[in-house]
Amino acid sequence: MGRNEEGEHIRVFMLGWEFPPFISGGLGTACYGLTRAMDQLGVKVTFVLPKTVESEYVTHVKLLSPRSCKTPGSHRSTDCDLTNVIFKTISSPLQAYATPESYNERLEESLRLRAEMGENQTGDDLDRGGDYGGDMYREIRRYATMAVRLARSEQFDVVHAHDWMTYPAGVAVAAVTGKPLVVHVHSTEFDRSGEHVNQVVYDIEREGMERAHKVITVSHYTRSIVISRYGISPEKVEVVYNGVERNGSWSVGEASIKREEKLVLFLGRITMQKGPEYFLHAAKKVLEVMDNVKFVMAGSGDLMYRSVELAAQLGIGHKVLFTGFLRGDDVRKIYQMADLYVMPSVSEPFGIAPLEALDNDVPVIISKQSGVSEVLRHALKVDFWDVNEMANKIVAVLRYPPLQMTLRNHGNFEVRKLRWKDAARQCASIYEQLLVPA
Amino acid sequence: MPSVCFYFQVHQPMRLRHYTVFDNDQRYFDDYKNAAICRKVANKCYLPANRLLLKLIEKHRGRFRISYSLTGILLEQLQMYSPEVLSTFHALAQTGCVEFLAETYYHSLSFLYSRHEFVEQVKKHADTIEDLFGQRPKVFRNTELIYNNELALLVEAMGCFDAVITEGADHILGYRSPNFVYRPKGCKHLKLLLKNYSLSDDIAFRFSNRHWVEWPLTASKFSQWVNAVNGNGHVVNLFMDYETLGEHQWEDTGIFEFMRHLPEEVLKHPDNNFKTPSEVAASYEPIGEVDVRHMISWADTERDLSAWLGNPMQSNAIHELYRLEKQIKRANDEQILSDWRRLQVSDHFYYMCTKYFSDGDVHKYFNPYDSPYDSYINYMNVLDHLQRRCAGSSIQAVPRPSHADVSSMSVAN
Repeated sequence: MGRNEEGEHIRVFMLGWEFPPFISGGLGTACYGLTRAMDQLGVKVTFVLPKTVESEYVTHVKLLSPRSCKTPGSHRSTDCDLTNVIFKTISSPLQAYATPESYNERLEESLRLRAEMGENQTGDDLDRGGDYGGDMYREIRRYATMAVRLARSEQFDVVHAHDWMTYPAGVAVAAVTGKPLVVHVHSTEFDRSGEHVNQVVYDIEREGMERAHKVITVSHYTRSIVISRYGISPEKVEVVYNGVERNGSWSVGEASIKREEKLVLFLGRITMQKGPEYFLHAAKKVLEVMDNVKFVMAGSGDLMYRSVELAAQLGIGHKVLFTGFLRGDDVRKIYQMADLYVMPSVSEPFGIAPLEALDNDVPVIISKQSGVSEVLRHALKVDFWDVNEMANKIVAVLRYPPLQMTLRNHGNFEVRKLRWKDAARQCASIYEQLLVPA
Repeated sequence: MPSVCFYFQVHQPMRLRHYTVFDNDQRYFDDYKNAAICRKVANKCYLPANRLLLKLIEKHRGRFRISYSLTGILLEQLQMYSPEVLSTFHALAQTGCVEFLAETYYHSLSFLYSRHEFVEQVKKHADTIEDLFGQRPKVFRNTELIYNNELALLVEAMGCFDAVITEGADHILGYRSPNFVYRPKGCKHLKLLLKNYSLSDDIAFRFSNRHWVEWPLTASKFSQWVNAVNGNGHVVNLFMDYETLGEHQWEDTGIFEFMRHLPEEVLKHPDNNFKTPSEVAASYEPIGEVDVRHMISWADTERDLSAWLGNPMQSNAIHELYRLEKQIKRANDEQILSDWRRLQVSDHFYYMCTKYFSDGDVHKYFNPYDSPYDSYINYMNVLDHLQRRCAGSSIQAVPRPSHADVSSMSVAN
């Protein structure tokens, strides 16, 4: 598996995002899971990611930066079990899940911080390849230029770019080196912005998909968006489902202390795409028929304050807790406390979080407008807008232990069948097809 | 001399409507969907099949004989939605060549949970059949052919049955053949008729399967298989869902043509004949005893109860249902009793089965729900409401038009 024409292991120039322990969402989780599994298949990966520049100023968060390794710009994985992966970083303020608006805000903030600190940081700016003070689109183009510069010193057979901000880099690298391009669609502008599509972002996505030799989508749900809204020809688009990293608990959970109060969990970015308001409206309905329930919203995002307000407005403020962004152990802890996980996404290309919930023995309700509902049978499914039905199902899970038990047992078993290994195999076979001379 | 014994199971569940925890009325059933399905199946199966069999019975002047088991819950729906089907059943009854079997009125699993309720339902069913078709059933079949020694003992003790029917499952027969009459262990008079599942399933399941080596199955080929029993069996029991004719096997598979020619092909051999279950029981003596300690059924390859009681949701739902029995009967309200009994229909629990859910298969075909979880949630919401109604707690009883009881209706000739 994963051999090129000469029978050697395929080498991939992969333009990705985030690696542990700094993962902020599904995109980083997917890049990590897929790359790790490719490593085990023997596929050689040069993993290129933007190095966050904020790390120089924000000291209370430990971020991956060249300072954490001895040789700036290039280093082997911090994960010592990755033997076939080489990491390359490009200094750039680009971040997963950024939007042009959030990018500007963040840039202003970091410039202000820099001014306040008044420190001379020029020594570190040498590898920046010019001014990055423009808007996000300029930064994306600059990132592409830097990627091409990096690619010239690398040997690889195929270029693989994850989500829209890296598409121009992927297109440029493929054009310069003549290697085939695969773009991997983890989400589209339609998922992130509903019908208020940012035309520039859309154009970048569309160009990336058009110029790619293969487009990988994380679900049939997303595949149909790629075909119908971006006009990409169907034979070019393949579905590779995400997997889940198994680290779930076998022992905990079963013997957990019986609490009087039930806990229903929302975990994810609090943005329009994730449907936080539907969660709150459903919570309100649940509280009409049950009292001993708390609703926890774990995550942050641009709708966080609006959601706090909405909870208050609905008169359920005392029943809804906001934890902010959780990571690592805190995520595990909240899963252990939860009786039910709800993902009310308005449009979810895949949705890894419910798989993690099941892996942690928490039953799930997922929206039908999600890729993960294509692969999960042992989950409750609702239309995101149907808050009545969402509440109906929440009440049922909380009220009937046999329902919880059956969902948990079957769901946990089902999740074990979704492995990154299979996703990596599918990607490798797509590479192989591309490398066969036509 | 093999006798061919046909028994068709005729049943339609009464499906629940979408009922959430926020609903608070007594309309539990999806009248629209039930009517639509009942009429659809009537047109595809019940009417054409009844007319065909009626013709065949007339043509063969008493030599072609068949039997039916019609559930009470089906009869109620036929009366409401397709009364013309009842007329054709009535015409079949008048030929004297058709036997009607006994079962629980509500196609229920009551034998497993309440003997008292079980006996009441069997009696209610027998009364209904007698009122409609002028004959009191003499042979009993339990829901889904669920059976064990205890069932046989209870049926014998009821004193009104000559025989009981069940699946000729390999693991109860061992090397023995289903083509004889047996005696249930512990019984003195009751006889046991066993389904020949191989020949029955050739018609019910394999008939239209083009990958089957015997496809296409013709009446003359099938008759030769029946003839082959000559000398090593008394009876070939062909038991199947009536919906096989036209609904499970569509008309274009040739299933009606097959049935049209089957009687004459079978009767070509001078030793063959057709008998109803009562006639089989009267004609042949038991050749041995069959000992069934564990519950069996005719479902799936397991031939056990796992399709209805295999997971914690199913078992919880049914226990909660029967736990209400005393309370329901104490309430002394016909409508409450009828709703509770309609919730006993075994299909409700079949919908909650997770056994083959992951593969999506035959279970799915019969299932109005997207998932077994949805079906459990819906059922529990209804049951919860019924319980509150029964407890008389703060819910105001809203009068609604009651469906006439079938036992008191008349059938137009």
